Amino acid sequence: MPLVEPGQRSPQATGREVDPAVSQAYWARTSGLMWTTLVIWAVVSFGVHFFASSLNTVRFLGFPLGFYMAAQGSLIIFVVLLFWFARRQNRIDEEFGVEEE
Amino acid sequence: MSDTPAGKASSGDFLSNLGRVYGWYTGGFAAFVVMLAILEHLGVPNRIIGYLFVFLTIGIYALIGYLSRTAQVAEYYVAGRRVPAFYNGMATGSDWMSAASFIGMAGTLYLLGYDGLAFVLGWTGGYVLVAILLAPYLRKFGAYTVPDFLGARYGGNLARFCGVIVLMSASFTYVVAQVYGTGIIASRFLGISFELAVFVGLAGILVCSMLGGMRAVTWTQVAQYIILIIAYLIPVILLSTQLTGVPVPQLTYGQALEQIELLRTTKEALAGAKSHIEPFTSYDPLNFFGLIFCLMVGTASLPHILMRYFTTPSVRDARQSVAWSLFFIFLLYFTAPAYAAFAKLEVYQNVIGAPIAGLPDWVRIWGDIGLVSVRDANGDGILQFPEFTINADAIVLATPEIAGLPYVIAGLVAAGGLAAALSTADGLLLAIANALSHDIYYRMIDPNANAKRRLIVARILLIGVAVIAAYVASTRPAGILAMVAWAFSIAASGLFPALVLGVWWRRTTTVGAIAGMIAGYGVCLWYLIGTQYMGMPKWFGVNNISCGLFGIPVAFIVTILVSLMTPAPSRAMQDFIDSIRTPRGGVRLVAGEKALD
Repeated sequence: MPLVEPGQRSPQATGREVDPAVSQAYWARTSGLMWTTLVIWAVVSFGVHFFASSLNTVRFLGFPLGFYMAAQGSLIIFVVLLFWFARRQNRIDEEFGVEEE
Repeated sequence: MSDTPAGKASSGDFLSNLGRVYGWYTGGFAAFVVMLAILEHLGVPNRIIGYLFVFLTIGIYALIGYLSRTAQVAEYYVAGRRVPAFYNGMATGSDWMSAASFIGMAGTLYLLGYDGLAFVLGWTGGYVLVAILLAPYLRKFGAYTVPDFLGARYGGNLARFCGVIVLMSASFTYVVAQVYGTGIIASRFLGISFELAVFVGLAGILVCSMLGGMRAVTWTQVAQYIILIIAYLIPVILLSTQLTGVPVPQLTYGQALEQIELLRTTKEALAGAKSHIEPFTSYDPLNFFGLIFCLMVGTASLPHILMRYFTTPSVRDARQSVAWSLFFIFLLYFTAPAYAAFAKLEVYQNVIGAPIAGLPDWVRIWGDIGLVSVRDANGDGILQFPEFTINADAIVLATPEIAGLPYVIAGLVAAGGLAAALSTADGLLLAIANALSHDIYYRMIDPNANAKRRLIVARILLIGVAVIAAYVASTRPAGILAMVAWAFSIAASGLFPALVLGVWWRRTTTVGAIAGMIAGYGVCLWYLIGTQYMGMPKWFGVNNISCGLFGIPVAFIVTILVSLMTPAPSRAMQDFIDSIRTPRGGVRLVAGEKALD
């Protein structure tokens, strides 16, 4: 029996196509968001922890700050960053009218 | 068969009532724990409580697995693409967190102090890469497996085959370690031999996945996440309340760190102990940051994780789901350092420097099992720092005894560890068996096979791979945990550049991608095997756990250079890339490439 996945059109029925100019502008914005997020990721993953020793002289919530950043701070930023990213990308999708129907 | 109208209706019902179903499930589990606590109080022996924990939880998983049985290909491979972002996040959480995270992570932090945080960072930050670089695009393409994407993007079976090889080598050692972990836990709490326990664990893994594939694995993984997170948080919350009066260990362990450092510098018996909060006492900066990098990139390349995002209803949900996954993983990882700190404080305060005749009870209990060792080297009757060793696995397992909690909490921890190991093993086995049944059998050997035949082959391969993994685990291979860390570097070197450039750089050609995969995988394995077994000197002093530090850049460079030397991909391929970059619209496959059915 031919099985087409529920909720997914067969590949022949491609639906409404997106105009190439729109698609290009959309991709430029999407790439911009990707790079922004990637830079924040790099700073939070690596940049901050280069200074762990000096940060340890500062106290934060009862923790040495350098230790805190690696044990909790960076993790919290990752989680918030991902929810923020999902929201921003959804907005971009809607702005260019390329969100899923 | 579940694709009858009744089956459909009831599964729709299930999906709209997920909150209620899992709410009742959580309440039921809490009631079960309370009931066991009462039984313990009434004098039921510990052994019986251990049995009840292990068999009841496996029984629940088996029941969910049975109820989720399916005869549809799309249900079997991608759970019908109907898993809501939030629940897919939970499922990914338990798929991700293995016995090593649950039991081993806190111990690693205990032993390494700050440097152990490389694992905490590496195993969380990688999800940022998953979300921004891969998950939404792979979801849009609508693959069943990761090699499926490689096959479509790099026109054909050679790229697909390379993908399968990398997937197999990364996932197989990983799954052996999980089966090994279930064997250890089952043998300890059931009191049976390790070899037998491995096959009990295997049965627990297969009942979840065999009948329902991805659909069954998804709904059991959600159930397993709930148990593992409760089991992880409860003991340390109780311990924190005892020590500080505040039931939020993640906030209170700062005080413990302070006391640890104070004791370390003032207590004579602690001479030689390393600082818990200063960086780079065990790893040099290159290895510390190199490890973080490899674990993160590896996260974004491991097929059993990426394939979880094939199950969401939309691209939008796939993005949201990565965020939820990281949130659920974060709950465990930001608690692990608290375990380490409280355990260390207890050891520094009450064990080291104490008369050997008067050590706390838990030291003796875990000493009998061989996870803690005490020997009076200088014969003064007082325990000095170098005279005490504790196995990394003992930290989480011993916390209930350190805090003097009832045995039921120890049973709860065992159930949590088992849930962690089983759920990861399920996801990995499914990734391996699906690559073999879908990519090798259906795509390469018999493209005309019908749905029934494909599912039979998928199930036979699942059992086959599971039995081989259990056999290898039962031989107790050496260095199994090191191999798990290697899996990240192997997957990263072999798959990451081909996947990421496939989406983000149109110019990537078939020849370039294949050359890059072979080069990255080759360099990574060469360095691993060379330094581990052949006595090859280290390059720049990089530990082989971070061998992706060489494999990943080599793979990128080779892919890019070879792509530039070969003709650009066809117009049709460019269209295909455009179509997976945009959430709206269909996927425009290149002529000759077969759509999924």
